[in-house]
Amino acid sequence: MDPRLRGDDGWFCRGIASMIAETGLAALWLAASLALLQLVLAFAGLKGGKPDLLAAVRPAAVAQGVLTAIAFASLITLFLRSDMSVLLVVTNSHSMKPWLYKFAGTWGNHEGSMLLWVTVMGVAGAAVALFERALQRNAHMATLGGQAAISLGFYAFLLFSSNPFARIDPAPADGQGLNPLLQDPGLAFHPPTLYLGYVGLSVAFSFAIGALLTRQVDAAFARAMRPWVLGAWVLLTLGITAGSYWAYYELGWGGWWFWDPVENASLMPWLAATALLHSVTVLATRDALRAWTVMLAVVAFSMSMVGTFLVRSGILTSVHAFAVDPTRGSFILGLLALYIGGALALFGWRIGSVREGAPFELVSRETMLVVNNLLLTVILGLVLIGTLYPLMTEAFGHKVSVGAPYFDRIAGPIALALMVAMAAGPLTRWRKDQARAVGKRLLIPLCIALLVSISLSLFAWGRIGILPFLGLVIAVAVGVSSLAPLWKRKLLRTPLFTYGMVVAHLGCAVSLAGMACDSAFTVEKLVAARPGDMIQTAGWSLRFRQIIPIAGDNWTALQADMDASRGGSSVLIRPQSRFFASPPTTTSEAALLTRWDGQLYVVLGEEVEGGRWQLRIWWKPFVTLIWLGGIMIALGGALALVGRERRGWLMKWRAREARR
Amino acid sequence: MKAKHQRLILALAALVALVGAGLLAASALKDEAAYFYAPNDVRTKGVEPGKAVRLGGMVVKNSLKRAADGVTIRFDVTDGKATVPATFSGIAPDLFKEGSGVVAEGSFDAKGTFVATNLLAKHDERYMPRELEGMNYNESTHEMKAER
Repeated sequence: MDPRLRGDDGWFCRGIASMIAETGLAALWLAASLALLQLVLAFAGLKGGKPDLLAAVRPAAVAQGVLTAIAFASLITLFLRSDMSVLLVVTNSHSMKPWLYKFAGTWGNHEGSMLLWVTVMGVAGAAVALFERALQRNAHMATLGGQAAISLGFYAFLLFSSNPFARIDPAPADGQGLNPLLQDPGLAFHPPTLYLGYVGLSVAFSFAIGALLTRQVDAAFARAMRPWVLGAWVLLTLGITAGSYWAYYELGWGGWWFWDPVENASLMPWLAATALLHSVTVLATRDALRAWTVMLAVVAFSMSMVGTFLVRSGILTSVHAFAVDPTRGSFILGLLALYIGGALALFGWRIGSVREGAPFELVSRETMLVVNNLLLTVILGLVLIGTLYPLMTEAFGHKVSVGAPYFDRIAGPIALALMVAMAAGPLTRWRKDQARAVGKRLLIPLCIALLVSISLSLFAWGRIGILPFLGLVIAVAVGVSSLAPLWKRKLLRTPLFTYGMVVAHLGCAVSLAGMACDSAFTVEKLVAARPGDMIQTAGWSLRFRQIIPIAGDNWTALQADMDASRGGSSVLIRPQSRFFASPPTTTSEAALLTRWDGQLYVVLGEEVEGGRWQLRIWWKPFVTLIWLGGIMIALGGALALVGRERRGWLMKWRAREARR
Repeated sequence: MKAKHQRLILALAALVALVGAGLLAASALKDEAAYFYAPNDVRTKGVEPGKAVRLGGMVVKNSLKRAADGVTIRFDVTDGKATVPATFSGIAPDLFKEGSGVVAEGSFDAKGTFVATNLLAKHDERYMPRELEGMNYNESTHEMKAER
């Protein structure tokens, strides 16, 4: 048969296929021009009071969302087809890779992840254009103008210094493959969720710009902004939780947080967003903390951009650092200076005209939330300084690294203080309360804290450090007190967003308990064992059966078969040492055995003299609570989001019914 | 609280919190930041035992010895000008080998041996500990050249 008539090899299909990269690039250019148009229309329309100009702003935002989605879909298609005429596919993919990693590999590199970033930004802008109903028209338009202004910078970055659709001629036979550490289902979930959260905060930033420009910083503004902040925060929480668990099982070091600069880069926006989430509630409920809330909205997205700068400039050593290109670093640094500087200047210029919000007493829910905000800000400052310090010293010729000892020592105690404030906050009334009354409500959690500390002292004295000790006590007390807002209430009539708060705060306690248990009670054993040996540790018996070679899709591995048992029947666990051919890399796949009270974590090392194999074994009591808590925190945020929105719809619906 | 002063008090509280954070960070960084030393820095400047530092250089050929327990290794780290003995217990990264670059985290013991708690080896062509940039090890002469 004439090959031109055959389906996928036909000239027509090939013609279409060869256009995919150009389609994506054209969509990007179009989206960028629309962003410029949107910016000009919004501000010219607002300035001149011309409603016909403003009428075109929303369609422009929606079209941008569609175009960026087309560009992103084009890149995904190129990766799925392993189109080796595209440079990015060549340097980051391989035709023999499983399809999931071809798909997820789209954003496992610099250009692709930046395209994901602008796509999320475009789609978020479209969502603001389509679904935002609570804002006044002028503020809405100014917000969309702000969103266009930020997007424009990132379009420029992508098109001028990181074009994902660049061709390579002649096309090589195959690609160089994806870093095997990234070849994990985690890559399909962690970066997109995190980016949705990161970039979702750009909406809060644009809201703040819009509110400052139109001088509408009030409770209505806060109520309009809150769902966007909540949504971004939920996704950010999920992304961080997923990333933590991924690093935990993939890197084989047995740790769940490494204070890696890139982890810090995701933690900083989260800290700012958490503070924003609480202050926006104060503004929405009590019309207080106006300037502060606007400031936090600016800071939260600024932290997202700082994070992107740190990661994408390759300026810091990290497992996340891709290819280093100094021009890219300066480009992002320029954008950073422009946007953060611009927003702060606008803040300084306009904040004087924002009236002071409603006052509150010293003992009140508002004060507790101010304490929450201040402590979160302090932690944020400490993490930021610790992350940037190596850069600052390097400028003076000293090479320094700042790691866990610094962050644990100073962020740990403040985080514990924050948890204590979290126990008291929800039990304090808005506007005005009595210290004695609050103390009375905290009596039960305090008694429980006392009981826990006595039993811990009797049971584990000398085996447990001061921070894990306090962590466990506070976790239990906070866990109990986080349930207190439901005390003596009709559970079915309690609003959903109250449940959201309870679940999220309980999640913090659960997570803290997991962290404290992990650092206090983990048992580690390092041995070199022969097949047939029996290894005893932390109540577990591991029988090392054999080492066998196995083969996967694009890797081969040596696998240790081991029977693990704790008295009862035994379970087969299989830690592996995997070898990938392209690029040539060895990774270790830890074997994890999850039980209700913890995880057994086994890593296979290399062969040593006498036919022995290195094995590193951890028993980590209750470590899974860390991520369970993270999921609960995100779930709490989702409940609050749904609860608030549903109440809004119900009120609107009732108002409409009443009018009839 | 008087309504008039509330904003002022809040702004002051934020300022105090930020300044406090800065001071706290500065004091903690003085103790906890791990400085990077090349073997020659260790010889000329000296490092007090027990202080957390990073040691970086190349693993000297034929210096890697494994202890009888199978999980402890001893090796020498060089920058061409000086050599420092080091030990590590654990599973070394796959790319950790003689004649190749390494950054070790840990501290010196009283005898001047570096006790590493973590080894960061060169991952692949695209990833290299930044501290080792500009170091060039000649495998045949065991000499290091700084490319700067």
